[in-house]
Amino acid sequence: MVELKVLVIDDEQGMRLAVQRSLDGYIVELPDVDMNVRFGVTMASTGEEGLEMIEESTPDILLLDHKLPGISGLEVLGELEKKDPDLMTVMITAYASLETAIVATKRGAFDFLAKPFTPSEMKAAVCKAAKHLILQRQTKKLQQERRQVRFQFLSVLSHELKAPLAAIQGYLYLMRDKSLGTDISQYDKIVGRCLARIDGMYKMIFDLLDLTRIESGQKKRSLSKVDLCETARTAVETAEPSAREREIDIHLHFKDPVFIVGDSGELEIIFNNLVSNAVKYNRDGGRVDVKIEDSEETATISVSDTGIGMTQKEVDRLFNEFVRIKNKKTQNIAGSGLGLSIVKKLAKLYNGTVSAESRPDEGSTFTVTLQKDSVAPESAGSESS
Amino acid sequence: MQNYNNKTALVVDDDPDFLEQLGIQLSSMGFEVVKKSTQEEAQEYIENTRPDVAFLDLMMENMDAGFVLSYEVKKRYPQTPVILVTAVSSETGMEFDATTQDERTWIKADVILSKPVRLEQLQKELNKLLIGETSNG
Repeated sequence: MVELKVLVIDDEQGMRLAVQRSLDGYIVELPDVDMNVRFGVTMASTGEEGLEMIEESTPDILLLDHKLPGISGLEVLGELEKKDPDLMTVMITAYASLETAIVATKRGAFDFLAKPFTPSEMKAAVCKAAKHLILQRQTKKLQQERRQVRFQFLSVLSHELKAPLAAIQGYLYLMRDKSLGTDISQYDKIVGRCLARIDGMYKMIFDLLDLTRIESGQKKRSLSKVDLCETARTAVETAEPSAREREIDIHLHFKDPVFIVGDSGELEIIFNNLVSNAVKYNRDGGRVDVKIEDSEETATISVSDTGIGMTQKEVDRLFNEFVRIKNKKTQNIAGSGLGLSIVKKLAKLYNGTVSAESRPDEGSTFTVTLQKDSVAPESAGSESS
Repeated sequence: MQNYNNKTALVVDDDPDFLEQLGIQLSSMGFEVVKKSTQEEAQEYIENTRPDVAFLDLMMENMDAGFVLSYEVKKRYPQTPVILVTAVSSETGMEFDATTQDERTWIKADVILSKPVRLEQLQKELNKLLIGETSNG
């Protein structure tokens, strides 16, 4: 329930009381904005008094008589225009002259109510103003939130891009200052670290491009029947070299084929992220299990590792952008912090879900469930024809 | 160059590259360098040992790790100079330094350096903070 304050500025006491009688405490449901509204009424008999009351506490809706003893209704509007308060004005006019209407609208009046009016006409005008006001406030709030999210994203992004640059810069200072002497082989480790940070930056930029393409919907999806088992094998092949280096075995558990209508590129990204994470966050000599389960409407991919695992608190934060779980165990593992949010966004395209289960020092299982035919009916039709 | 033999520098940063870099720089000045990569490890360390100087990263697993740690160091060892090392001010537009008394009362640090740290500046600040002790000793 929302409380909206209505201020009536009218010199006729009868009119003020009539409005108060029918509106004060009146509760109405506004289905368009899905909200119940309760009105409270305050009153002023002159424009001057009204402006003072507005100054003290801004009402949500103003019922403003045009013809007032001191300053006129239009002058009140003019004053309000300077301050641009967050309220809706409904002008009350005895003789609705076109001229007054034009000036009032120019000065920000939302609607007009011609005297004499019935209580239900008045209520209808007030409800209309209330609906408009609520919508306007909701839009404003959404825009603000969007700006906030954008700002946060950009400041985190700049942090994530600056960190590797600063690391590389620091190493270059060391080389310039010949901090490790003049034997060039002393600098091998430093050069290796610089190259690793540059690789990390590339990876982040590519991930970022993927993410923005998915989000903006600009990435063209080419949909076809894709065998998830094939995609899984390709991803495992990609991860194999780094797995072998650390003696990690990757096992596949599925019955070929598991078909899904989708974009093979997207599905590859999902598998690549899951499998490379399972290798990255594993222990040496560990194992990775890739499962695909086929059911009537969905396909479920799960990738388990025997790695460092996470606490429940860490799992809860995991799917946000740029979240990297920072602790002793992860400090030497490179990552953009974008992989899982990409997986989550892609899964959404398949009406799918992503979840994670994990135990510290035992391992994690990531499960992605995808609708096998999630494509909108019309494009699915064109696909099959 | 001033030599800080037998002095211990605690360096806390969750970025292994900055630990490495500051480690190389401080070792070249004679310090014995103790590296810690989490707030928790650093906290454990200072409970038992007084470093001669502490270098703390501002943002680690918690956003305010550096502030918290510098408070802890100063509470236990008021004489130990604390240097906050951060890339924060240029990133977030959040600006602060530790040059006025007022700022020093809430930022419990003696100096704030930005990343990456240049050797010349490191030497300059350390001379300022530790020179009294070294010339006596």
